[in-house]
Amino acid sequence: MSMEQNMEKQLRVIHDAARPNIDDIVNEVFHDFIELHGDRLYGDDRAMLGGIARLNGTPVTVIGQRKGHTTAENIEANFGMAHPEGYRKALRLARQAEKFHRPVICFVDTAGAFCGVGAEERGQGEAIARNLYEFMGLRTPVVSIVTGEGGSGGALAIAVANEVYMMQNAIYSVISPRGCASILWKDASRELEAAEALQITARDLYRFGMIEGIISEGRSRTAYFRNIKSALTDSLKRLESMSGDALRQQRYDKFRKIGVFNDTNL
Amino acid sequence: MLIDLFPKTRENSRQIKSKTEQKDSPVSVACKKCGAQLSAAKYGKNLYVCPTCGAHGRLLARTRIRQIADRDSFHELFGSLQTADPLHFEGYAEKIDALREKTGMNDAVVTGTCRIGGMKTCIGVMDSHFMMASMGSVVGEKLTRLFEYAAEQALPVILFTCSGGARMQEGMFSLLQMAKVSGAVAKHSEAGGLYITVLTDPTTGGVTASFAMLGDIILAEPGATVGFAGRRVIEGTIGEKLPEEFQSAEFVLEHGFCDAIVPRSRMKQTLGDLLAMHGCKAKRGE
Ligand SMILES: [Zn+2]
Repeated sequence: MSMEQNMEKQLRVIHDAARPNIDDIVNEVFHDFIELHGDRLYGDDRAMLGGIARLNGTPVTVIGQRKGHTTAENIEANFGMAHPEGYRKALRLARQAEKFHRPVICFVDTAGAFCGVGAEERGQGEAIARNLYEFMGLRTPVVSIVTGEGGSGGALAIAVANEVYMMQNAIYSVISPRGCASILWKDASRELEAAEALQITARDLYRFGMIEGIISEGRSRTAYFRNIKSALTDSLKRLESMSGDALRQQRYDKFRKIGVFNDTNL
Repeated sequence: MLIDLFPKTRENSRQIKSKTEQKDSPVSVACKKCGAQLSAAKYGKNLYVCPTCGAHGRLLARTRIRQIADRDSFHELFGSLQTADPLHFEGYAEKIDALREKTGMNDAVVTGTCRIGGMKTCIGVMDSHFMMASMGSVVGEKLTRLFEYAAEQALPVILFTCSGGARMQEGMFSLLQMAKVSGAVAKHSEAGGLYITVLTDPTTGGVTASFAMLGDIILAEPGATVGFAGRRVIEGTIGEKLPEEFQSAEFVLEHGFCDAIVPRSRMKQTLGDLLAMHGCKAKRGE
């Protein structure tokens, strides 16, 4: 298959309505999930799921964008595109996790933060910025997995983590390939070409040193969930022995080194 | 764009001096907002604010520094960083070369130290004439180094933000700068450092969604566009035109996301007062 055909197939896979979503993951990977609602400031954003659950018996905080399997579910969840209150709910739950020394596990699946009048009025930019700032300083382990679409700042707002993973078909991009094609070539139909140029696959990000690993999706749903669980189990085993300060420093260093430039003084 | 009004400036950004201004500009320019014909000399004297309608024109970084910093007090830091092309993105290297030539800047932000009313501070100024001040690795790295330097030296940071958003030609390297700079802001803040943001036209996208919104004090210039999503994207979603004041500095103030709108004529004084009220001491000379 050509690279473009691969990309086309990959985009089809991650947009498939039957692909496991956060609700499925919560049911299959965790036990005893209790959903916690609201940002305590404005409302409860159904595009962002949050709560407490057990992973191998240990309590953890779970946060993630929600996409639906049906149109009705998608409308309720705003197609996984959160408003500021969604990001603020995520931050509230992450801080709560820090207080009780629970790891935070985030599942990223969003085309991006919602672009709308209310989102602007309530400070979409500030909400995302605050998450980047606060997640960087959390004194508890944070692991993020990009399961489908990692769309720009709206994805990063729950992906400032000690370890970041991507499912093998997931993408993670600064701009949607469609958006990029329409800005660059005034032609949104050149989406696949743009996707190639942007280098947004799990392999690309692994090569760039931006993620810790790629999680195989296996041949069945059972394997999909089993692989997520085993990646999380291993990751938390590594992180749980670290102090709060060490976790903060490790997270800072992980992002600090990212960037490619020349220095004429060197 | 303002840059078209002025001839090429060929000096290297490392030699930016407060005197090499938008000097040989044409005799007259039209205000972009009200269309008034302005004598270029008078416009410059009026800090590039239209005397007819009050519109605040976009500034070159070095013009901004001249307006804000005490004379000859600006010292550039990290000016040796140059843009790379990590994705070998079609047309990117050529575009950067052309802009370097045209603007005399290496990338979209100038960073350094200066004095304001004799008080020393770190300063970073973004310049929309360089690829709409989109944020790539160089912008992210220079700002990160500026906050780290400020934390070490116990200095405040003042950032004049403007940006069209992420530098898509650098792909994920661009996106992750948002986290990197925000982390550096946090380190500086934890060390007790003062960080003042000045939102200038236009501050949007990933810059709004990171360091622009993280100041201890957030000021804005009158009429500046400040928002996360592009106006046209939102208009496309809702299928109607948005009012002119949507995503203006005044709109942002109204909704509680900036502290004060400060006209350019009072910006230097206001920054000086804020520095003084945070314990900065004036000292003459370097
Ligand atoms: Zn005017």
